[in-house]
Amino acid sequence: MSGVRVLVGTRKGAFVLTSDEARRDWQVDGPHFPGWEVYHLNGSPADPDRLYAAPSGGWFGQVIQRSDDGGRTWDPVGNDFQYIGDPGTHQWYDGSLRPWEFTRVWHLAPSASDPDTVLAGVQDAALFKTTDAGQTWTELPGLREQGNGPKWQPGAGGMCLHTILVDPADEDRIYVAISAAGVFRTQDGGKNWQPVNKGLLSGEIPSAAAEVGHCVHNLAMHPSRPQTLFMQKHWDVMRTDDGADSWREVSGNLPTDFGFPIGVHAHEPETIYVVPITSDSHHFPPEGKLRVYRSRTGGDEWEPLTSGLPQENCYVNVLRDAMALDALPECGVYFGTTGGQVYGSADGGDNWTAIVRDLPAVLSVEVQTLP
Amino acid sequence: MSEIRVQLPAHLRQLARCEREVQVDAEATQRAVLDALELRYPALRGTIRDPRTGVRRPFVRFYACEEDLSHESPDAPLPEPVAAGREPLLVIGAMAGG
Repeated sequence: MSGVRVLVGTRKGAFVLTSDEARRDWQVDGPHFPGWEVYHLNGSPADPDRLYAAPSGGWFGQVIQRSDDGGRTWDPVGNDFQYIGDPGTHQWYDGSLRPWEFTRVWHLAPSASDPDTVLAGVQDAALFKTTDAGQTWTELPGLREQGNGPKWQPGAGGMCLHTILVDPADEDRIYVAISAAGVFRTQDGGKNWQPVNKGLLSGEIPSAAAEVGHCVHNLAMHPSRPQTLFMQKHWDVMRTDDGADSWREVSGNLPTDFGFPIGVHAHEPETIYVVPITSDSHHFPPEGKLRVYRSRTGGDEWEPLTSGLPQENCYVNVLRDAMALDALPECGVYFGTTGGQVYGSADGGDNWTAIVRDLPAVLSVEVQTLP
Repeated sequence: MSEIRVQLPAHLRQLARCEREVQVDAEATQRAVLDALELRYPALRGTIRDPRTGVRRPFVRFYACEEDLSHESPDAPLPEPVAAGREPLLVIGAMAGG
């Protein structure tokens, strides 16, 4: 029986939501790791029963948990994330320099081909890799050692590496995004990196078109077009069609071009989704109306999707890793809010229902399409 | 070496899958007790102290016999009642939750 498994990370644990292909009736399992902040959990494309989760907390630090049975049971694995060499300094909020310090894992990206291999994006921004199913983690230091680290600075959530996209046609070609540094690309599996932010303009840094310093919030890629990436930046929705050599704005008629997540339809590479948010200080939807915006033209022209979503008195936020799309024939879209709701649409965003309404604040949403 | 009683907070009991109080066979110092605790429960490595430097995490405290031992040297002898097994060493998450 095909179906979906939605993996939800929250401020106080993780939840696993499962349904069949109809996506009408849901089983809610959790909380797993109650009391821990789960910034992310994710499943292996190579083995859907292999899941990885990253619970953390201010008291007891970072742990990594692994499941080999689709999230029913979990076991702690390695949690030692050590920067290689002298990690150097980055900018603090006031422009002074601070040493790199590991705080937490923000994002886990299991390999498409090997369930034991995972990339992890962390705060302070760096990329780590395991090839033994999470027992040991090794930094890919080339990213941090390019020489422009002293120009990186934290976003409101910390200086975090939050997005990892691997080219499905070439696993050595990887894009990562860091708040607030920008997008970086490697073409040799992570040894050498370069900033790829040409075309981004950010008023929050001294030179708006600087090589690094941009607060990129999220990236998305359709596997059939790995040269095309979509970006929700702090302000501006952007796209590239040349593997991030250059970016252009596609915010078009959005009511505001601030927001956090961005996603691509599983079967329509030019259909993309964002959740506009009023501003970088309000962090709630315009007019108290929770609206997902969809573009069927790869940007520029956007339509609001509102059916089933609250259209009055709604002041939640949708965080950068809290939207995901399944790959069933009728593409499903899911997102979670800081108010604890997880909404799902089984028809590409035309109609929405709340799968759950009262979870802790949602930090991340991933979905696995099950065979 | 003696049997030292250690009480753990809920987050760590959940991680180690143990009861509130455990016993470890160790010299009666913080460092030796934590070494033995992490050897018995590897999932606790890095949650109480830095795995490389051994420095206590900032939001973790150690109490025993109604005293705060958090800032004692990790190699200082633990109080005699702890060494004798009459009192536990308490690992506490700092009161920062509201």
